[in-house]
Order: sequence, then C-alpha cells, then structure tokens
Amino acid sequence: MLGAVAAMITAATTGHASWVDVGTFAVSAAIVLAGAIGVVVARNPVHAALMLVMTLFGIAVLFVLQQASFLAAVQVIVYAGAIVVLFLFVIMFLGVDRTEDIAAEPLRGQRPLAIGLIALGTTGLLLLGQVSHWTTGAPHVAGPNTGAPNVNLLGRSVYTTYLFPFEATAALLIIAVVGAVVLARRPPATINPIDEESDPQARIGGPDATGDLVAGPGSTTVAPTSPAATPSTEPEPATAEAVTEPVTAEAVAPEAVTADAEGATTSSPATGNGAESVTVPGSHHEDLP
Amino acid sequence: MTINPDWYLALSVVLFAIGALGVLVRRNVLVMFMCVELMLNAANLSFVTFARMLHDIGGQVLVFFVLVVAAAEVVVGLGIVVAIFRRRTNATADDLHLMKG
Repeated sequence: MLGAVAAMITAATTGHASWVDVGTFAVSAAIVLAGAIGVVVARNPVHAALMLVMTLFGIAVLFVLQQASFLAAVQVIVYAGAIVVLFLFVIMFLGVDRTEDIAAEPLRGQRPLAIGLIALGTTGLLLLGQVSHWTTGAPHVAGPNTGAPNVNLLGRSVYTTYLFPFEATAALLIIAVVGAVVLARRPPATINPIDEESDPQARIGGPDATGDLVAGPGSTTVAPTSPAATPSTEPEPATAEAVTEPVTAEAVAPEAVTADAEGATTSSPATGNGAESVTVPGSHHEDLP
Repeated sequence: MTINPDWYLALSVVLFAIGALGVLVRRNVLVMFMCVELMLNAANLSFVTFARMLHDIGGQVLVFFVLVVAAAEVVVGLGIVVAIFRRRTNATADDLHLMKG
C-alpha cells in the first residue's frame, strides 16, 4: 500500500508538482473512493447518504485543486446541502432507514456478471488512456480558462456563449418543480387499482363513508391525507371500520352524502351507490378553500 | 504546476465504474439514485479536468449545467419514489413489475 502510494507520488511529481498538491490529491482521491465504495456496500440508506456526502466533499476539494473554485462552492452548497438533504428527507419520510439484506440475490449470477463487465470496461478504458492521448480536441472553444478570476470567466461564458442553454435551464427547473408537486400530491379520490385488488371493501366502507362524511365536509379533506404518512398502517383502519359497521355505512352514507354534496355544490350528481357518491364530494371539497 | 491531469481522469474512470456497479448490483431504489449521483460526479470531475487540460472554460460551464440537471433529476426521481412507496411499503427495484407484459 505504501509502496503504491510512493510510486504514485513519484510518478505524479514528474511535472514539477509541489508536494502539497500531490498530498492533497492523494488524500482527496482516497476519500472519494472510500465514500463511493461505502455508498455501494452500505446496508442502511442513511449511511449510504452520509458516504455520498464524503465523496462530494472530496470532489469539491479536487475542484479547488484545479482552479474551479466557484464550482467547488456550488458543489458543496447544491449537492451536499440540497440534494443529499433531499435524499435524507425522503429516507426519513418513507421510513426506509432500516438495514437491507444485501446478501439476497434474486437474479442468479447477476452480480459476478456485473462485476466482471465493469472491471473489463474500466481496465479497457484505463489502458486506452495509457497508450493514447486523453484529449485531441481544439483548445479555446468557449474562452480561455486563465487570466481572470474563475467566477468572472464562468459568468461571462454563461451569459454570452451559453445564454440560451441557461434560459432553458430555468424552464427545466420550473418543469421539475411542477412535476414534483404533481407526483407527490395525493390524488383526491381516484380509484386505486392495487388497493382495490388487495382490499375491495376498503373504499366502500372506508373512513370516508362511515363517520367522517356525516360529520361534515371539513373532515373529509383531512381524512385521506392522514394514512399517507404511514403507508404500512394504511389498510388497518379501513378494514376495521368496514368490519364493524358496514350496514350503517350503506344505510347512512347515501342520504348524508347527497345532502352534503348538494349543500356544497349544486351540480354534483346524486347517485344511489355509496361508493360513487363518496368520490364526488371528496373531489369537490378539494377545490373549496 | 499542478499534478498530471491523467490522475484525475483515472480517478474519474474508477469513480464512474463504482457508481455503475452500484446501479447494477443494489436493489434499493434510493441507493441506486445515489449511485447515479456518483456517476454524474465522475463526469463532472472529468469535465473540470478537461477544462484545465484544454485551457477552456467550456468544461466548467458544462459542469454547471450538469449540476442543474442533476438537481432536477433528483427532484423528479424522488417524487416518483414517494409515489411508489405510497402504494406499497417495500419498494425494491424487483418489486416494480407492475407494467411487465
């Protein structure tokens, strides 16, 4: 190990590099690789996210070493500060921060095949870089890299040469925000095919039809959101209420629902079926303030 | 004079390989997303290195855009993960065969 490091240092210092640069690169590379391996082998997703933070900080140090100081700051702020926090938030929100059985292998022979293919590709790429030149392109396409502070160069290039992609980036972010809101929003009362397969009585005799709807329209808008936080306990209240009072749900719900629906919105159709009439006021009450 | 750019590119290759291996091997969807982030970071590192090798700021501008696209991708991807977890409690990648023919 020490011999390899010494050989690497002597090989790297051929270009009159200072020992500080070589040492910083070696430490950062070790941190980056250790963090990356930690992400792959960590059983707990929270540990994987923290290992990812370690890798991102190492990458930021390597950016600083290559005179990309603005990108290093953005790397720390956006990646470590926003994206990993988003990962951790989703992990905690979904409650999946438990260890995974990493030894289970559903596809037989998939892991050795993956490791072999990756090793083959990596070796080929490294050998190709060793025997040929990494870059053959023409320099100075978007402006020189030196001569002014990094932020000046980057800002001038972004706002002149790459102005249209920069504007398109704004549109992309808006679309991503709208898409995230649409995806994360719970649909008002759409029919869920999976829930219907597993528990057909959950919708007819569910919490909408028994007591909440009679109590008033205000509680119906609150009730569907409460099982969303804990998906594992979702079927239990529905089945419990369906078992205990299915008759009262069938008997009480249609009158209460139609009265409620006509009171709230006059255009809602009053059907006799309990399941259909439950969906109508839910969707209308969603639009009310 | 800083150290040889070849080392940065070799590190980038290895980092990309580790990320790709994680996407292929792991079954947790969130960890697979993190491995995609590893691959994006490897690409970013090589972009910055090429910007230094070619004395061109374009590589750093490209890293800027990759960061933005990665942020958008994570937002939408995690939204999809949340939408999946709402329907089923245990969502490894093997369980998501609803659209299998």
